Amino acid sequence: MIDSTVVDLSRLQFAITALYHFLFVPLTLGLVWLLAIMETVYVMTGREIWKRMTQFWGVLFGINFAMGVATGITMEFQFGTNWAYYAHYVGDIFGTPLAIEGLMAFFLESTFVGLFFFGWDRLSKVGHLVVTWLVALGSNLSALWILIANAWMQYPVGARFNFRTMRMEVESFTDVLFNPVAQAKFVHTVSAGYVVGAMFVLSISAWYLLRGRNVALAKRSLTVAASFGLASALSVVVLGDESGYTVSENQKMKLAAIEAMWHTEEPPAAFTIFGFPDVAERTTHLAVRIPYVMGLIGTHSIDRAMPGIEELVHEAEHRIDRGIAAYAALQKLRANPDDHDAALSFEANSDDLGYGLLLLRRVDDPTKATREDIAAAAASTIPNVPVLFWSFRLMVACGFYFIALFGAAFWLASRRQLGDHRWFLRLALYSLPLPWVASELGWIVAEYGRQPWAIEGILPTALGVSSVSRVQIATSLAGFVFFYTVLAIVDVALLRKYIKRGPDGLGLWRQKTGALPGAAAAAGDD
Amino acid sequence: MGAALHAFFDYPTLRAIWWLLMGVVLIGFAITDGFDLGAGALVRVLGRDDDERRTIIETFEPVWEGNQVWFILGGGAVFAAWPLLYAASFSGFYFAILLVLLALIVRPVALNFRNKHDDPRWKAAWDGLLAFSGVVPSLIFGVAIGNLFLGVPLRYDDTLRMTYEGGLVGLLRPFPLLVGLVSLAMLVVHGATWIALKADEVIAARARALAAKLAPLYALLYIGAGLWLLYGITGFRIDGRVVTDGPSNPLLKQASTGGTWLANSVLGTWACVAAAVAIVAALATPLLARRGAALAAFVTSSLMIAGTVLSAGFALFPFLMPSSLDPRMSLTVWDASSSQFTLGLMLAMTLLFLPIVIAYTSWVFHVMRGRVSLEHVRRTPSSY
Repeated sequence: MIDSTVVDLSRLQFAITALYHFLFVPLTLGLVWLLAIMETVYVMTGREIWKRMTQFWGVLFGINFAMGVATGITMEFQFGTNWAYYAHYVGDIFGTPLAIEGLMAFFLESTFVGLFFFGWDRLSKVGHLVVTWLVALGSNLSALWILIANAWMQYPVGARFNFRTMRMEVESFTDVLFNPVAQAKFVHTVSAGYVVGAMFVLSISAWYLLRGRNVALAKRSLTVAASFGLASALSVVVLGDESGYTVSENQKMKLAAIEAMWHTEEPPAAFTIFGFPDVAERTTHLAVRIPYVMGLIGTHSIDRAMPGIEELVHEAEHRIDRGIAAYAALQKLRANPDDHDAALSFEANSDDLGYGLLLLRRVDDPTKATREDIAAAAASTIPNVPVLFWSFRLMVACGFYFIALFGAAFWLASRRQLGDHRWFLRLALYSLPLPWVASELGWIVAEYGRQPWAIEGILPTALGVSSVSRVQIATSLAGFVFFYTVLAIVDVALLRKYIKRGPDGLGLWRQKTGALPGAAAAAGDD
Repeated sequence: MGAALHAFFDYPTLRAIWWLLMGVVLIGFAITDGFDLGAGALVRVLGRDDDERRTIIETFEPVWEGNQVWFILGGGAVFAAWPLLYAASFSGFYFAILLVLLALIVRPVALNFRNKHDDPRWKAAWDGLLAFSGVVPSLIFGVAIGNLFLGVPLRYDDTLRMTYEGGLVGLLRPFPLLVGLVSLAMLVVHGATWIALKADEVIAARARALAAKLAPLYALLYIGAGLWLLYGITGFRIDGRVVTDGPSNPLLKQASTGGTWLANSVLGTWACVAAAVAIVAALATPLLARRGAALAAFVTSSLMIAGTVLSAGFALFPFLMPSSLDPRMSLTVWDASSSQFTLGLMLAMTLLFLPIVIAYTSWVFHVMRGRVSLEHVRRTPSSY
């Protein structure tokens, strides 16, 4: 049987490294477009200040980009080091988008990012602008392919099990590519990244304005961030809704858990805005509910029902029964590939094989499972309701707050009153961590909400682990925690140093003019 | 798109093509990222003061990021085309892979952070990490390849779950360690050749002198490893009829140990040709560099890498990862791949995108052409 300590440690390590990686990725995704916009203005107007903006934010982008690249390699490696059975079981499908990501996107962004920094003097204005846009395109395409891979974990379309190779194999790559979950996730995730990028520029510019430093540069940056941020914040919420709709189609349990919807309700279901989900009692205490809203979000209709957790557990029991039949047929087929009856039985039940595999955490042979085992396995399909319930609500609250904040910034910017309201600048400054909080919560809702599945309905997470020892994982986990903590400290220290030094103190762009540092600072700003 | 190629090539052909493509990506990685790994290891060996060290770093700083994608692509391609090999090697070589990972995480950070704080100790620390991150992967890649020739302690149960009965220390056997040294020497020669091509003449001269010492050493180590392989190591072979178009399940064949790798491999002759190319190219490299043909020297140094990688691949063929516990469970080209459809699709994608990648990578190298002069480095702060 699978060692559950190994499973827990592997999951913890994956979660920590993924959440850490996801601190840097959204900022890269958003900031790169802001660089592209600023440089475009520079090329169109020829005004030096826009070039300096691009270069200043570019330095901060570079620090963050290095961390994103470094921690991203961990993710690709970890499927092999710690999730070897997962890699074998779904590599035929899951590996393809990762490889295409490398070929089509990561090469593009990484090859040109060097020229972004080193090419200012070697390329024409337009040539350098093209390079910046290619970096932006590459990093966003990279997100697309990663999310196509991730969407397949949430909604595994276009594949079937091959008993001769004991793994899932591609049937239709078109289905994998045009997975509706992938599209919703992509737009939602990159928009969230744009909000992170916009907030980064907004907050730091607000800090300069509060200090009265780099005023001209900070005001322009703030204006760009406000418009870009407002559009992105709106897009996150609208397309988050689209994402909710696609989730309701294929991950009913995840949605029911997010809503702490213990029982199926008469359509259209109410949305619980507040409450304390109680897992033991399967009820939500002190629930404050808004009628109709959930049904509208989840089904985009007023007459389609959304199943509750109890009903879904009941359904899971039936699927486990069919999964046991599929498992039994699979055993016969492996002993005798020409067994016609077994082939028919497997064909009829193979969609639920994954549910049969859920039993492997309790028994060595699913065909010998008792009703209690089956009931326990069915109950294990419920994710952690309170965590999902609260993560989702905090994320959504952040989302609406961003619309308000960027809306206010946009309004002030369009009335040219950005510098006049110190309370607003302080608010913008202190809001800096929030989009990161929202992004991490989004990851938790999507991935922790997928449990107990690695591949929804196909492969239980516990089965995906490598056959490595507890000591090996404990060592690597401790190593990651230590090493990542040191890196985080250095990263934040450098960002602070460069922000504090500011565009006026950096001196990157003075070399060519040959002007004295003081003269350049005086002439260039304010 | 993929469907067309999957219909056009039969399964054995696609597997053979993907085996070659894995070699292409590995060679692409070793040539491009190889020079910055090697040069990174030499920053403090060849650079006597901070300006000189920055000069060496600036020879590869604008391009290393793209170079490293060859490695990421290698990981992705092995995952997609050889999922069994990806799962077995990454989990089996657990700590070795994590050490490589540690090195690869340190690199981008070291390069970006090094010049952001003016303290000699800060810079020395990052330079040290840069050297570590150049030496360790070079060594480990060789050690891993060396272990493949001896077989690794892996076995499968009948659900194809792999267990690996060994650890990091088990990898450090004499023959693999020798191969590790071959790999390290090779990439350091390559790094020195790159510095000779791109750095200020003062530093380039030192790099040439170093390459002149290390290239013969590499050849010596490589020949030693080759002789050891010929006379001291038992090969693996597939018994009975070799099924090349069967399902990817390593439990369906018979295999055993016996004879030598070169005699067993149908590509044994090719392995010898590749080895000859590697040795001649290695010895030609310092000679060309001394005559001022720095670019030609870099080409022969690249040939040395291609020859070395190919000789190992040819000698192992058709084995990918032999099992020392039960030769029957070894992974081979014929039973460790993705489905025919996936191989066809991935081939279409590679044929479409790889030429584009090579085209724009060449353009970026062209933009960054010329030597990085000490004078330029003294005049300008770091661009990062």
